[in-house]
Amino acid sequence: MAILNSQHLRDYPARPDKVYLYGTCLADTLFPESGMDAITLLEQQGIEVLFPMGQTCCGQPAYNSGYEQEARKVALAQIKQFPLEIPIVIISGSCGGMMRHHYADLLRDEPGIEDFCNRIFEFTEFLVHVLKIKLQDKGASEKVALHTSCAARREMGVHITGRALLSQLENVTLITHENESECCGFGGTFAVKHADISAAMVADKTQSLLEADVVRYVTADNGCRMNINGSLEYQKQSLRGEHIASYLLSRVTGGTDGEPS
Amino acid sequence: MTVNIHHPAPSKHTAKAKNFRTSVERDLADEELRENFRGAMKFLSERRKSAFPDELELQTLREQCRLIKQRCLLKLPYLLEQLEDNLTRNGIQVHWAETTEEANSIIQRIISKREATRVVKGKSMVSEETELNAYLEKFGIECLEADMGEYIVQLAKEEPSHIIVPAIHKNKYQVADLFAKNIPGFEHTTDVDKLINEGRRVLRDKFKHADVGITGVNFAVAETGTLCLVENEGNGQMCTAVPNVHIAMTGIEKVVEWLDDVPPLLSLLTRSATGQAITTYFNMITKPRQPGEKDGPEEVHLVLLDNGRSQAFADEELRQTLQCIRCGACMNHCPVYKRIGGHAYGTVYPGPIGKIISPHMLGLDATKDLPTASSLCGACGEVCPVKIPIPKLLLRLRQESVKVAGPEETVMGGEGANRKTTEALIWQGWSAMHRHPALYRASMWLATRLHKFMPAKIGPWTSVRSAPHIAPKTLHELVAQRKNTRAKP
Repeated sequence: MAILNSQHLRDYPARPDKVYLYGTCLADTLFPESGMDAITLLEQQGIEVLFPMGQTCCGQPAYNSGYEQEARKVALAQIKQFPLEIPIVIISGSCGGMMRHHYADLLRDEPGIEDFCNRIFEFTEFLVHVLKIKLQDKGASEKVALHTSCAARREMGVHITGRALLSQLENVTLITHENESECCGFGGTFAVKHADISAAMVADKTQSLLEADVVRYVTADNGCRMNINGSLEYQKQSLRGEHIASYLLSRVTGGTDGEPS
Repeated sequence: MTVNIHHPAPSKHTAKAKNFRTSVERDLADEELRENFRGAMKFLSERRKSAFPDELELQTLREQCRLIKQRCLLKLPYLLEQLEDNLTRNGIQVHWAETTEEANSIIQRIISKREATRVVKGKSMVSEETELNAYLEKFGIECLEADMGEYIVQLAKEEPSHIIVPAIHKNKYQVADLFAKNIPGFEHTTDVDKLINEGRRVLRDKFKHADVGITGVNFAVAETGTLCLVENEGNGQMCTAVPNVHIAMTGIEKVVEWLDDVPPLLSLLTRSATGQAITTYFNMITKPRQPGEKDGPEEVHLVLLDNGRSQAFADEELRQTLQCIRCGACMNHCPVYKRIGGHAYGTVYPGPIGKIISPHMLGLDATKDLPTASSLCGACGEVCPVKIPIPKLLLRLRQESVKVAGPEETVMGGEGANRKTTEALIWQGWSAMHRHPALYRASMWLATRLHKFMPAKIGPWTSVRSAPHIAPKTLHELVAQRKNTRAKP
């Protein structure tokens, strides 16, 4: 019911012809397929996708570490890469929250910053509310879990749009795992600065996901995915998480690829 | 109100807060402790959830209470004066304490003036803040905790691990063992009702002989000069009615403007804290015993404590910290608190609220590990009844702790405490790379080419995780190779 949170209430624009894609730094080096799959899915919907080559990182790592000026300079460099007045679709709830909500504060003196923030849409939010997408499930019957991610859930309402998209897949059963809304323990530099607390958190998260008895979990955030998959791999478990863009694409194009990366 | 940057005197909490990392290690390894917290926090979260069946009503009430607290804070200096005037008119004596030492000394002098030695105390986190019991003990004054949880903690010679349920870290077996060791004639039982009755029996007897009662305050109403006290066990009522002297102590932020401000705050407080629509007792204290009356204390005092609060007040953003009504919901929902428990923080106020208020009380140097000990998941901000943006304030404290401290502190005591030259240089380099796209792409290209040489161990990350797998090609490269996606607009 977090939808009632005023942060999530917004006016959605009409379906555009083209959008920008913000790929995020994590996807760039660790999970590029999630960016490519998001592009493919958007193009299948008849949307032209622009990917500015000058984009790097939203600045969140420095911002969350207290280095506001360092983050601010990076944030300024990002907004210059997206001059056209078209939506910016971002494949991470956490980076989306940074650009949609925290930029307004970080770059408060920058003219037009509100308009920029209003152009930011998290990927699943964009599919549901702007494209009003209808998904045709061509995959085999299976059970999945959804890891909702904290910033995604609380800043962008992504748990609702993620759930809405998965519910359109008629052969997919969504299993709610224990403590679904709880943090996986990533939190950027937190996982390194307070490694033991983070370790306790990811241990509980992976246990809940394993107990849910699903073939994979899906998430809109590659950061949580890096954390949870890393822990599962370390525990020699076969369960893995997939970015929701990749998962949706695999479902509508004829079947699960079986091996989420 | 004059505002000085707060430089607290070293207390046992200063030393404990500095040892956060070792305490975390100790308490994470304690399986029984973790189990106690896991169960209790789950119970309290569910209680809260069932107390707010209507999401829209909850959000309306939260907004209303945020506005009440912000209005009262905006007028704080004026309301404190009004409170003092009205309390004085009602016959309640008002004392101001800038430091914990001053508060303790004021209270000790009131007690000693009456040549009293036996004190009973209802639950008061502010008295924990000042370490009042230990202080009074030095003057030969016995201060018995009259709240069941506090009593258990006192018997165990510990501190509260939670601001609402102080002995939540203990299970019934541990309490039974504790009673067996400390209460003569205790018949061993692990039946919770029997345990509570046994504790009550001891405490009721103490009330009869107490000279002075000490309590906290939940709301101090400026308009009427009324002290409000929320409780469930009746100990608050006993402390304020049975002994001849009642001393209330509270932080300056507890003042509200109107009597009408109380009902919405009270409703939100009890439902957020324990999921109760109302507590068993709600005391409103306006006067000492009047001539001709048979009940009530002859003297009533209020000690108003600053202890770093005016430092938070001076900054518009950090001021929001003072909106807190001490419900404990932020700790009940915090994934970090749930795992490490309340004692690991080493501060009187643990959990998310403790992370944002303790730096004002103890200095950012003594609490420098607290603002970073959060994944910024936002659960605390989501449940906070008065909408304190706790994650935002944690970020602000992170900024204060890594900034270059000048010769004069400008915002708070201990600012710049986490500033490390190497770390600052790393972030400067990081920033430079991420605002020069060509440099960024070259670096990422190189990283992906070297993916096979990625080390299997990367610091603490890989102590419980496998190293992340770097892709053979970056997203930038894949996009550039793709025909129909326009790489450059």
